[in-house]
Amino acid sequence: MTSKACWIFPSLVLSSVLASAQANNVLSVAPLDRVTAKPGATLEARAIMQLRAGYHTNSNAPTDEFAIPFKVTWTPAPLESPEIVYPKPKMEKYRYTEAPIPVFTGEFTVLTHFKVPASAKPGPLKIAGKVRYQACSDQSGICLPPVTLDVSLPVDVVK
Amino acid sequence: VPAVLLAACNPFSAIQQEGPRSVQAAVKPEKERKLAPDFTLKDSTGASVKLSDYRGKVVLLNFWATWCGPCKIEIPWFIEFEQSYKDRKFAVLGVSLDDDGWESVKPYLQSNKINYRVMVGTDQLSQLYGGVDSLPTTFVLDREGRIAAHHVGLVSKGDYQHDIESLLDLSKSGSVERSR
Repeated sequence: MTSKACWIFPSLVLSSVLASAQANNVLSVAPLDRVTAKPGATLEARAIMQLRAGYHTNSNAPTDEFAIPFKVTWTPAPLESPEIVYPKPKMEKYRYTEAPIPVFTGEFTVLTHFKVPASAKPGPLKIAGKVRYQACSDQSGICLPPVTLDVSLPVDVVK
Repeated sequence: VPAVLLAACNPFSAIQQEGPRSVQAAVKPEKERKLAPDFTLKDSTGASVKLSDYRGKVVLLNFWATWCGPCKIEIPWFIEFEQSYKDRKFAVLGVSLDDDGWESVKPYLQSNKINYRVMVGTDQLSQLYGGVDSLPTTFVLDREGRIAAHHVGLVSKGDYQHDIESLLDLSKSGSVERSR
């Protein structure tokens, strides 16, 4: 091994870290459909999630105080008051849980209701959001670190 | 080529190549063991913990987090091991990978009455140990500080007992009842 080759090592470690971060992401979020709404109306955004087979995430309301809840957050401005509706969790028992725990698995949808202010100006908007989750494998007793994904909601405010 | 360079520069490349879902239940032969990377971290009391200070002891080095369900199953075993083997030059060291550090870990230590030393780890330390990104991940070190066994994911209590007793050379005496 030459010293020159080992100079490359830090960049390879970085690549390894990035690859590792990607490997930890077992959830994909489909691009959110563009929604259209008038000032003063309420609009609904549907975020469709797909979790890799063999994995589950905690629900938005885990029973264990130390578990990391599934959470969708938005920076709604100029829209108002997002109300987030999570799906009903499944109650699953794994070999490392004493009792069934509330989880999300497979494909599931999180709804968000935004209010468009009456004063909103017509035009296109992009609402930024984040999805935070922590997943574990169903069988092998492995948990992955929490991951935060960026999501974006395209909105057209029309007259 | 990058994989070859990584393998040549990083003694823990074998761990990385195995992937996160492998389980090695057996204690490695001495000639195959590699020295565990040294580190110094603070424990929950603020005291420094230097891994190399544990030379001469068998060490169970457990990477965990408060949010990790399978880790919760193992921790009572480790509490028991710390108690059962403490007079035989054995120690458990826990390294938490919680992002918020002591804020989560201290309440967890108190509520679970953990009797061994626990530190909060860093990304750098995780990389030193081959990129610990799946929890629990546990290394069992021999008295010379070499990695004798490596477990990723939840394995049985008996597997850990087998590792520990082999390294403490207690397996013949059978002085500690083994469970599976």
